[in-house]
Amino acid sequence: MSEHLVGTSHLETAATAAPERRERAWARPLYLLLALLLACALPWFIYPPIALDILCWGLFAISVDLLLGYTGLLSFGHAAFWGSSAYITGIVAIETGMPFPVAILLGALAAMVIAVPTGWLAVRSTGIYFAMVTLAFAQMLYFVANRASGLTGGENGLQGIPRPFFGMELIETEAFYFYYAALPLIILGCFIAWRTVHSPFGRVLLAIRDNPARARALGFDVEGYKIVVFVISAGIAGVAGGVFSSGHGFASLNDLMWTTSGKAVLITVLGGIGTLWGAMVGSGILVTLEDYLTTLGFEGIGIVTGTMFIVIVLLFRRGIWGSVQQAWHWALGKARLRWG
Amino acid sequence: MSTGSAPPILETKALTRSFSGFTAVNSVDLTIGEGTVHALVGPNGAGKTTLFNLLTGFLTPSSGTIHFQGRDITGMDPERIVPLGLARSFQITSLFEQMSLLEHLELALASGTGLTRKFWKSVKVLGRFHDRGMQHLEEVGLADRANQAAGSLSYGQKRALELALALALEPKLLLLDEPTAGMGLEDVDRTIELIQRLRHGRTVVFVDHNMHVVGSLADEVTVLQSGQILAQGTYDAVRADERVITAYLGESHA
Repeated sequence: MSEHLVGTSHLETAATAAPERRERAWARPLYLLLALLLACALPWFIYPPIALDILCWGLFAISVDLLLGYTGLLSFGHAAFWGSSAYITGIVAIETGMPFPVAILLGALAAMVIAVPTGWLAVRSTGIYFAMVTLAFAQMLYFVANRASGLTGGENGLQGIPRPFFGMELIETEAFYFYYAALPLIILGCFIAWRTVHSPFGRVLLAIRDNPARARALGFDVEGYKIVVFVISAGIAGVAGGVFSSGHGFASLNDLMWTTSGKAVLITVLGGIGTLWGAMVGSGILVTLEDYLTTLGFEGIGIVTGTMFIVIVLLFRRGIWGSVQQAWHWALGKARLRWG
Repeated sequence: MSTGSAPPILETKALTRSFSGFTAVNSVDLTIGEGTVHALVGPNGAGKTTLFNLLTGFLTPSSGTIHFQGRDITGMDPERIVPLGLARSFQITSLFEQMSLLEHLELALASGTGLTRKFWKSVKVLGRFHDRGMQHLEEVGLADRANQAAGSLSYGQKRALELALALALEPKLLLLDEPTAGMGLEDVDRTIELIQRLRHGRTVVFVDHNMHVVGSLADEVTVLQSGQILAQGTYDAVRADERVITAYLGESHA
């Protein structure tokens, strides 16, 4: 004990001990399989375009969560990447007739290119100022897209985006089949986010989120890490935006609007910040709710979603998925006590 | 002054930093001999922490220069200074609350290897630092808590983890900002013992208000007041210095 710098503190109780980090070995593949089954079954229960919307908005929110939940950066201008990819995907598909996954990947690439200067400038500030810089960039893009009507169709948007896929007509015309053709792209986006979070790079991101000054003192180039994750996030948002415009067959100024950025943040918070998959859950709830209210002919959708947002923020700080996880761990803990 | 025969590892010339009119560090010439333990003392607001921030790149000097091992590091970012062999701890305990102790050490050890840039690799690759991380934790007596979250540690344990982190960077020069701040007597003595052990092969500069700590560790003491060097020398010499007594106790005691 003489070697110990410090004796045991009275503060150290079960409550303050580190949470159980290791999951059972079988758990992860099982959850993954369940998620995959659910994703495949979705268009059987939900109107396929809505099912695709859920995936797109979910992936979009995952890209926001990568910044918000894992790096501590609130981007309020992610529509810039979703929207620019939506347009580029559309333009590529219209002009070249390349298979839609290629068009989408090019769209995502364009979003990443745009993210380099945006990120480079934005990471110089933190907190609300970071949000404002990203918002300003997105607004700038919005006006550029509005003015460049020769390329973007201006107010009318980009209409009639084809989704060529090696002449497979069912995929090209039927939303149900397109869903399955686009699913791998969504999974790719999810995988990149997951891989990033669970990488050495992701560990540094968490350090930056919790204590940027300390991360610097450990020799990490905080701004450099932020720029890289910003660009990765923009790429993921780009994949989501590209699939979205491909699926709907059009891209509009709405895709670049600040409300689109806001919706992605809302979904992230709804699902649970820093939970990654919570974004998909949040998206599932928000998109189906909006669709339901629309079919009812209800005008004040914002009132309902806004109220839901407030309730979640006030009562379930961890969001829906975060709260479910917490309850699950609690129940598991109880079960272990009883059976173990 | 008695910098001794040790060649300087760190040298500042006319180092100055002002904050909108207020000069926190004023024309400081500081020479730290290699292998020595050097204490910076002075009343609150004397500029000790500002000086630390200047030396480690967290602040840019308004004027003056800093040389580390003969190399000009004036105005360099912390992330470029750390790999040169200059690490610091913080006055206010500064950790990643949700990370385990071992994860802290893995990060510190991975710093500068380039491994942490790899967002396409599994975080498991950091496992290669497991043994060295445990070694460092053992050094400060925290090995049995390796898998706990840092947030669950007591105050003194957090300070110990701070030290382990700074050591894991394998610095040639270690800057410790109030390593015993807020500690009980027993912890203070353990920290002194620890610093005495880790000083071998290193240069240590530390700030502390506890004269017991300064007296037992420092080869040399620099007293700062109002951003300027008031006195410099061995602990006994400085303690006997009238200007220092005046600065600390006021005119009437001089």
